[in-house]
Amino acid sequence: MLLVLLLAPLLTGLVRKAKARLMRRQGPSLIQPYRDLRRLLGKDVVLAENASWLFRVVPYVICAVTWVAAALVPTFATGLLFSWSGDLIAIIAMLGSARFLLALAALDIGTSFGGIGSSREVLFASLAEPAMIVLVFTVALVAGSTQLSTIANVMFAEGLRVSLALALFGFIIVALAENARIPVDNPATHLELTMVHEAMVLEYSGRHLAMIEFAAMLKLLLYVSLIACIFFPPGMAHGEPSLRAYAIGAGSYVVKLAVGGLLLAGFETSIAKMRVFRVPDFLGVALMLGLLGTLLLFVSRSL
Amino acid sequence: MASFSFDVAHMLAGGLVLVSFMMLYQDRLYSLLNVLALHAIMLALSVAWQAYIQHAPHLYITVALALGFKAIVIPMALRRMVFRMGIHREVETVVGIGLTMLVAIALVALSMEVMLPVTTHSDPMAREDIALALSVLLIGLLMMVTRRNAVSQIVGFMSLENGIVLAATGAQGMPLVVEISVAFSILIAFIVIGIFLFRIRERFDTVDDQALDRFRGEH
Amino acid sequence: MSMVALVLSGAAALLVLAVLGVVCGRTGAGRPLIYGGSLLVCIAGTVIAGMSIAGEPSTIVLPLGLPWLGAHFRLDALGAFFLAIITIGGAGASLYALGYGRHEHEPLRVLPFYPAFLAGMTLVVVADDAFSFLFCWELMSLSSWALVLSHHRDRENTRAAYIYLLMATFGSLALLLAFGLLAGPGGNYAFAAMRETAHSSTVLVALVLSLSLLGAGSKAGLVPLHVWLPLAHPAAPSHVSALMSGVMTKVAIYAFVRIVFDLLGPPEWWWSLPVLSIGGTTAALGVLYALMERDLKRLLAYSTIENIGIVFLGLGLAIAFRANGMAGAAALALTAALFHAFNHMLFKSVLFFGSGTVLVATGELNIERLGGLIHRMPYSSAAFLIACLAISALPPLNGFASEWLMFQSILVSPDLPQWGLKLLVPTVGTLLALAAALAAACFVRAFGITYLGRPRSAVTEQAHEADRYSLAAMIGFAALCVVTGVFPGLVIDGLAPAVHGLVGARMPPQLSLPWLSIVPIADSRSSYNGLMIFLFSASSAILAAFVVHRLASRVVRRAGLWDCGYPGLGPLTQYSAASLSQPIRRVFGSYVFRSSERVEMPAPGEMGPARIRKTRHDMAWEMLYEPIVAGVAFASERLNMLQFLTIRRYLGFVFVALVFLLLALALWQ
Repeated sequence: MLLVLLLAPLLTGLVRKAKARLMRRQGPSLIQPYRDLRRLLGKDVVLAENASWLFRVVPYVICAVTWVAAALVPTFATGLLFSWSGDLIAIIAMLGSARFLLALAALDIGTSFGGIGSSREVLFASLAEPAMIVLVFTVALVAGSTQLSTIANVMFAEGLRVSLALALFGFIIVALAENARIPVDNPATHLELTMVHEAMVLEYSGRHLAMIEFAAMLKLLLYVSLIACIFFPPGMAHGEPSLRAYAIGAGSYVVKLAVGGLLLAGFETSIAKMRVFRVPDFLGVALMLGLLGTLLLFVSRSL
Repeated sequence: MASFSFDVAHMLAGGLVLVSFMMLYQDRLYSLLNVLALHAIMLALSVAWQAYIQHAPHLYITVALALGFKAIVIPMALRRMVFRMGIHREVETVVGIGLTMLVAIALVALSMEVMLPVTTHSDPMAREDIALALSVLLIGLLMMVTRRNAVSQIVGFMSLENGIVLAATGAQGMPLVVEISVAFSILIAFIVIGIFLFRIRERFDTVDDQALDRFRGEH
Repeated sequence: MSMVALVLSGAAALLVLAVLGVVCGRTGAGRPLIYGGSLLVCIAGTVIAGMSIAGEPSTIVLPLGLPWLGAHFRLDALGAFFLAIITIGGAGASLYALGYGRHEHEPLRVLPFYPAFLAGMTLVVVADDAFSFLFCWELMSLSSWALVLSHHRDRENTRAAYIYLLMATFGSLALLLAFGLLAGPGGNYAFAAMRETAHSSTVLVALVLSLSLLGAGSKAGLVPLHVWLPLAHPAAPSHVSALMSGVMTKVAIYAFVRIVFDLLGPPEWWWSLPVLSIGGTTAALGVLYALMERDLKRLLAYSTIENIGIVFLGLGLAIAFRANGMAGAAALALTAALFHAFNHMLFKSVLFFGSGTVLVATGELNIERLGGLIHRMPYSSAAFLIACLAISALPPLNGFASEWLMFQSILVSPDLPQWGLKLLVPTVGTLLALAAALAAACFVRAFGITYLGRPRSAVTEQAHEADRYSLAAMIGFAALCVVTGVFPGLVIDGLAPAVHGLVGARMPPQLSLPWLSIVPIADSRSSYNGLMIFLFSASSAILAAFVVHRLASRVVRRAGLWDCGYPGLGPLTQYSAASLSQPIRRVFGSYVFRSSERVEMPAPGEMGPARIRKTRHDMAWEMLYEPIVAGVAFASERLNMLQFLTIRRYLGFVFVALVFLLLALALWQ
């Protein structure tokens, strides 16, 4: 649990740095996100006059829920202590809870920015969540389980599968949308009409903003670890691991995170942001891929 | 080893279906042509793998043809055509992309439903390959039906043809060269006719004021 | 006294209360008497249901009704479970009405019918022959119809009641025919006899199945028989709306389960095809309708349709599994469906109670005119929020637990051998996921526009928190949502006898598992622990808040909202309900509602306003009902001629009809 807490800002820093380097900029240092968080924590909270209790509670809840969800994803070893308390569907639904609350908090102040962010977020979510569930169906049908530790164990032995390839593409699309990355949303934008996630958190400041930013970093880490755990399990310690296996697992996990971050940076620099009404098509593709993969698995066990 | 070669073959065939879906999703002609090239490359890979596991060297000719013509020459030619004519780059769809994709999924399900029970006793390798090839074919046909633009119709036809080639290579022991050359002649005839029609239509379209209206809206 | 006799005496007590309601409806004592009495009877009923769910079925025959049949009553596990839904829902509604009923202008139009409605529903689930079942069903329908009509001065409401009456009659007719077919030529209308009969003819079984789908489905609100529901449920007073949406639809589900799982004998796999496809469609369409709605209560009614679809989806899966001999999977799917029905009773009641308090506080249900109520109604808004989270299937609340079970049962379904099901089940699984996600969008909109933001009109200025009784009902039910979400094993184990009686298997006992997780099939396959997730989330939220407040700045400064350097943004610049759902309307609505929008810009230099026009079509009305209405009108126009004939001609008609019937009889033999 602590590991994800510590690594999450580093991953975000890595993505930012890599993007900057790809654009031939120097870019901020890798540990800049940690500094940002500290700076935000030190600042006063400026609260709009009509903010309700919901607005003040939500950042902590979002942060906590995302943290618990991230802690349920096996990182460097399968067989976590509490992995039975939530499976893949529960993890997705927990992220759904966080998003539900954030969309409400965005509506609390009563500005059009919050509204626009919230409206678009629920649109994206209404496609991304079913897509994710159907993709989980695909994975779960291959692995015979929705429990992430079991899935990772099965995937060690699993060969190439058409349905898994489809699912991987779908997962990547959903992950891009859920983390508000280009081409769905731009995490660095401050142009009002193109914001989605940033528009929702526009009224937040100080420690509240720090909590929300931190939750976003955790979510990015969660998705990278999720994809790594399901589709690229080699290196993870499993069975009855020794200390050495743990070390290898931890090392390979860090490498996987770094590769994921670099790929994300490369992808984001090479593509432009979409129009909002193009996004449903994009997410629709993920939904279709999941449905296709599930159908293939229903009709033929070997695909 | 056997199951590994199965898996790779299925993977590549499934990849071809995936690229067909990508084709349905594109809304720009240039990127559509890129995806067409990718489709051909997937086909070439798939055929090459079949050639390798079936020890059928004559299939490598198909690979070379697919790579040379379908992946490079034809997309390039179409690209030049699109560029020279300066036609608008948005693909005109008859129905929405989401609906088309749903229909495509239904088609995949249909081809599975038709093929898998029928071929229960045949070679397990061919079974799923043929089902996937049929779905590539049907998606190609769907693409031709749902697109107004002649270039994208040609692209649909090309992907349909790729599906046929995939089916032909999956089933062992076909006189493939004959098959392929026939398919190619049909293809070239179609391109010629397609472009011809396309030019005529282009001329009429430009005098049509509905095109202007469409341009003013946000679609 | 046996359990079923206790239930009957409870129903009798409710009927006595109904009579008392007529007598002292106008006096001040009427409200506390009726609602307090109903509350006590319901609490007693809950206890009876809880005691009898695991016990042996108890039966009783009363010398009422048809002379050769008598009135059979029987309380088995299934009946006891639904009895629990009715009595818990009834207790909540009665408690709420103790306070809410004060705002009723014409109490005499509500008080007598309310206990009669409760009695009708109670009697339906213990009826054990077709005659008493239909009689009680009609009692339920007619008393609820009277309640729908209680605000009869509103023309909308009279229309709603009229349509409801039509649909209820149609549904009863369908059920009557279904029972007639089940009873067969012997004409034995006792359920016990129907159970014994083997129904082998495919045509007959298909007819009974479709008739029970029509009869029970029209009451439950399956698409396309749902049109009356969003009109009638909101028209009634809010506590009755809660009963109709939360409880009466469950009685309809009970009727379907009783006929299809119990009376019709062992199922065939193709039975599940219509149930699954109608359930999936209902779930997705219901929530899309809800997303377009701006009347708070009507929105909730549409969301009821969605949840009924989800329940039927689970029932369809259970039929498919059972037909293929997969008893464990059937138990899982059936448990998921019944659990969801129970959960829906809980959160939908809270939501309707909440809408009632909003109506009392502001006199307004159009959410476009509300906003900012969270400041004026902190407690009821918190309860409403919990119910919103629960109905959106978000952990750790109860809606998620039942939908999670539903997803798990979908994941078992590749083992089904039939091709039709192999293709249908993933599709309805997708529809289920889509419905869940859209429900979240719908309730972000419902809660966000009603309770958050700045007030959109002056009606919210006088708003005040609800009275004690209403708050107690809302908070109590919201707490039950949390409890059943955190300890889903309680309900699952409670359900087990009912499930076992219907499909011959049950889910493994859950309460004995360590840490109270729920494990539907096997540990390695899937497990979920609401308690752990709740505890982890709560403790880390508290930890985060504590650490941040300790280590970081604790200063809070109040300032105006961020206006982008353009001061004086009025509340009308906020996102409205229509604009919040505009993207979804644009993405999904063009297919489902043939919706379109057009912006009319004035010419440059002209001073007129720009207008946006939205059009939306209710396809169910236009494609199905309007042709029927037109057909009926046409036919009655033609039949009108028959009103002006000579006596000789009338006699001629009678004569021809008689001869025709005799001929038919002769040919039949």
